[in-house]
Amino acid sequence: MKQDRVTLTGNDAGALALKQAMPDVVAVYPITPQTEMMHKFAEYVADGKTAAQFINAESEHSAMSACVGAAAAGVRTATATAGPGLALMWEVLYVAAALRYPIVMPVVSRALSGPINIHCDHSDSMGARDAGWVQIFSENSQEAYDNILQAFRIGEHPDVQLPVMVMLDGFILSHTMEVLNVLADEDASGFVGEYKPSKSLLDLKNPITVGALVLPDFYFECRWQQVEAMRRSFKVVESIGAEYGKVSGRTYGLLAPYKLEDAEVALVGLGSTMGTAKVAVDNLRAQGVKAGLLSIRCYRPFPAPQIKDALKKVGAIAVLDRSISYGLEGGPLFNEVRSAMFGAQNYMTNYIYGLGGRDVNPDELASAIRQTLDAAKGKAPQQLMNTIGLREAGGKPMCL
Amino acid sequence: MPINSTDGYKEIPAGAMIPEPATALAYKTGAWRTGKKPQHDKEKCTNCLFCWLFCPDSAIVVKDAKIVGVNYDYCKGCGLCESECPVKGKAIKMVDEAVGAVCAK
Repeated sequence: MKQDRVTLTGNDAGALALKQAMPDVVAVYPITPQTEMMHKFAEYVADGKTAAQFINAESEHSAMSACVGAAAAGVRTATATAGPGLALMWEVLYVAAALRYPIVMPVVSRALSGPINIHCDHSDSMGARDAGWVQIFSENSQEAYDNILQAFRIGEHPDVQLPVMVMLDGFILSHTMEVLNVLADEDASGFVGEYKPSKSLLDLKNPITVGALVLPDFYFECRWQQVEAMRRSFKVVESIGAEYGKVSGRTYGLLAPYKLEDAEVALVGLGSTMGTAKVAVDNLRAQGVKAGLLSIRCYRPFPAPQIKDALKKVGAIAVLDRSISYGLEGGPLFNEVRSAMFGAQNYMTNYIYGLGGRDVNPDELASAIRQTLDAAKGKAPQQLMNTIGLREAGGKPMCL
Repeated sequence: MPINSTDGYKEIPAGAMIPEPATALAYKTGAWRTGKKPQHDKEKCTNCLFCWLFCPDSAIVVKDAKIVGVNYDYCKGCGLCESECPVKGKAIKMVDEAVGAVCAK
C-alpha cells in the first residue's frame, strides 16, 4: 500500500495513529511528555478531522474512568499518559482489564516521582505490569505508530478483549523527530476496522449490569478468565503483526532479535535503548566479538518460552532494566527473563540503566557487553545487579 | 438466574458482566431482618405515601395510590417507614418478627 514518508515527533506519530484508528471517545489529562500527543489530537478534533468526542478530564484517574464508562457504553476508546499519570490511574487500570474493555493507551515512558523527574524510564509501565493490560514496547517512532494501530486490533480481538498499552520512550521518542512511513488514512482505518462490541450498556433491548460486586465465591473465577485471555493473546499479537506486515511491509512479532543466531553474548531489553544497542552490537562485531541482542516487543503477556528459545545458545546474557523493583536484587525484566531461563545454564547478569532519563550511549553498552562476556568466562566477576553510569563518589558530572 | 453457584470460570460471563436485567429480584434481602418487621395499620393510614417514598428497598406495596402492605421478601427491617410516618401513633409500626402480619406481594 502507498505510504507517506514523513518527519514527525513520536508524539505526533502517536496522535496520527490514534486519529486514523477512529476512536469514539478520548478522555485525557495532560502530563509531560505525553501532552503534545493529546495537543495534536485535540487539534484534529478542533479541525473536524476526527469525530471522536474529546473529554478533558480533571485527572488521569478520571480520564481512565471515563474511558471505562465509554467502553461500557460500547464505543472505541483511547487515552494517553506518562509516569505519575499512569500511577494515578492505577486503580482503574485493573478495572479496565477486569471488565475486558479494549482501551488503547500510548504510555510515553516517564520516571515515577520522587524525586520529580519528567524524563524517560520504565518505572511507570513496570508498576502496572500486573494490572492485566497487554504491554507492547516501541523501539522508535515507526514502531510506536505501527504498534498503536495494531493495539486496537489486538485488544478488540474476540479471543483477547483486553486493554492495550503501547510504550514509547519519553523525550527520546516522543520529542525527537524521526523519519517514518505512515499509512494513508483510509488504509490505516481499514486495517483497524470497525469496533463491534458484543455487549453494551446502551443496548436497551439487552440490559446488562457492569461492574458488579463479586464475593469470595466467584472472584477467583472472574480473574482466571483474564489469565486465559492473556494466554490467547500471544497468537493474536503475532497474527495481527503478520497481517500488518502485509499492509505496511513491516511485520511484527513478540520479540525482535538482532544478530542473535550465533551470538556468544547478548543484551536483552525494552524500548529505544535497544536501538542504541544495535550500534554497540555492530561496533563489537566489527571488533570480532560475537554480540547480539534480543528486544522484547510484547512484554505482557510475557513470552517466556520464546525468550528461552531465542537465548538458549547464548552463553552470556545481560538484561537491561530501565527501572528498579526496590527490595529485589535485579530489575523486573531481569527477574522475569531469568525465570524464563529456569533450568538453563546460561550465565546471566543485570544492568540497571537510564533512570530518570539518564542517557546511555553505545560505548557504555559495549562495555557492559564486554564485562558480561568476561564474567561469563570467569575472567572478572561481576555483581548480579550492576549499573551503567551510576556515580558512587566523585565521578564525572553528567551533561544534560 | 444466569449464574449457578457451581459454575466455573469457563461458564460465567466475561468481565463479571451480568447479562440479564432485574437479577436483584432473585436475592431475597428480607432474610437480613434481625427480629423486627413493619406492620401496616389500614385504619390509621392516611395514604400520604411517605413510607413508600422513603423505603430504600421499594418494599412498601402501593395499589391505586393506597398502601396495601409490605413485601417481606425484600424488607430489611430498617424502620425508616415507621420513622417517617407522620400519623400520630404511627400507621406503620416495627413489631416483632413473630407477630402475624398481612403480607402483600
